[in-house]
Amino acid sequence: MAEQVPLVEYLVLGDDPHLTAQECTGCGARFFDRRNACASCEGDQFKKVRIANEGVLRAFTIVSMAAPGVPVPFVAGVIDCDGTSVRGNVVNVEPSPDNVSTGMKVRLTTFPIGTDDDGVEGIGFGFEPVG
Amino acid sequence: MAEDVWILGITMTKFGKHPDKDMVDLAAEAARGALSDAGVTMKDMGILAAGNLMNASAGIGQQLQKQIGQTGIPVYNVANACATGATALRTAVMAIKAGECDYGLAVGVEKLSGAGLLGAGGGSRSSGTHYEPSGRYGAVATTDGRIGTTTMPGTFAQIGMEYGHKYGGTSFELFAKISEKNHAHSTLNPLAAYTKKMSLEQIMGDVMIAYPNTRPMCSANCDGAAAAVVVSDSKLKTLSLEQRKRAVKIAASVLTTDPWQEACQILPDVNTLTRNAARQAYEQAGVGPEDLDLVELHDCFATAELVHYDNLMLCEEGGAVDFFNSGAPWRDGKTPVNVSGGLESKGHPIAATGIANIWEVCHHLRGEAGDRQIQGAKVGLAHVIGLGSACGVHILEKSAA
Repeated sequence: MAEQVPLVEYLVLGDDPHLTAQECTGCGARFFDRRNACASCEGDQFKKVRIANEGVLRAFTIVSMAAPGVPVPFVAGVIDCDGTSVRGNVVNVEPSPDNVSTGMKVRLTTFPIGTDDDGVEGIGFGFEPVG
Repeated sequence: MAEDVWILGITMTKFGKHPDKDMVDLAAEAARGALSDAGVTMKDMGILAAGNLMNASAGIGQQLQKQIGQTGIPVYNVANACATGATALRTAVMAIKAGECDYGLAVGVEKLSGAGLLGAGGGSRSSGTHYEPSGRYGAVATTDGRIGTTTMPGTFAQIGMEYGHKYGGTSFELFAKISEKNHAHSTLNPLAAYTKKMSLEQIMGDVMIAYPNTRPMCSANCDGAAAAVVVSDSKLKTLSLEQRKRAVKIAASVLTTDPWQEACQILPDVNTLTRNAARQAYEQAGVGPEDLDLVELHDCFATAELVHYDNLMLCEEGGAVDFFNSGAPWRDGKTPVNVSGGLESKGHPIAATGIANIWEVCHHLRGEAGDRQIQGAKVGLAHVIGLGSACGVHILEKSAA
């Protein structure tokens, strides 16, 4: 199997793919990117926590116009994963308002996004409807 | 308590395509227009605050001085997303409140015709040939379009959808109706970039940009400038009756940023900072939403207008859909909103917007709005918000002179 690399560092690959966040040990605020200090409480200690794989779609849009090279249409959304908000595409569904609605249950899924010149496979993530 | 500050002169250029005018031409036209409207000159000014976003490092203030009067006064070049114009005005207001000068000039200008889609940056870069993690997310490739979207239309579409999820009652048609209102209003505004009435069918059938916003439901990228001369209360008292009659009191001038909220790193929270700004502004001005005769709010997208009815407390919390459906924000309604046509038809030359919306309110308070005059207007509110985020709210009152 080709070497794989996650699209972003907060995506953990392997047998049990999931997302992680940096959680402030002071106030519990969660961040997906590197932070110098906590935007909520100014604390500077963080621990890595796992984000729930299942969630509820709280907002979405179907993007029909995007930067060159971005395939459209696609569904972009905000998923409430057990109290932590996550940005992601809603995938494995026809991108039309008839098939996507706020409040729908979704779960994390991963898929290849391409291969670089060294043969390394990039792996992205999205959320697909449950059941 | 610092003294009151008044708008003595204010103007905006026509918004739209100005291929034969550069940025400085537009800024000069607006600035000289505002000085002339105020009956003063650059020699009177104690400060110049100049806003431009897309060329923020160009020093538009000094470039402008060289065309309209180099008097040696301090220049503050400001850039604060879509709140840039409001920030420039507030900078001049603060200088007067601080007692540093009696007169200030604020200008906002943008050349944006044909700029296309804004905000598609978001940690993106061209697909590398080597997957090397970079940036704060350690991304190996472009993330926009792969991990949701950070484009402006997509972001504000989700903000409207989120409101609908929370309170119910929204639909593609409802958002399109908001746009229908603003395009209808624009027919009375000769300075708007687009002045064409559009039917609901036309709006819903137009090119989809980011569901539920079609093209006419998005603000129009265009060129334009706006400028205002502000004056201290004590100086105003020494001016002519005509100047005092046309002066408009800045009853509140507020700028906020977004306080931390759980989801704000995922989807910008445009609600909390707008609500905070509105609350502070009503308190400063000593008025409530029910006292407003007109509101110019930041309808960068039709979906945004809906949430700001609520954020500016024009309705009860969660009541924006009912507020719109009651007809309240139409020009003959209880609280006319965006009688200028709003950003969706007037256009959105970013740094000019935060002064142009104040010009619109002043125009009505002075009784000079012609065909689109809101009769008897005494108090109005102007709101802008830029992602990042920054929110400006100004409350304006007609002169008693």
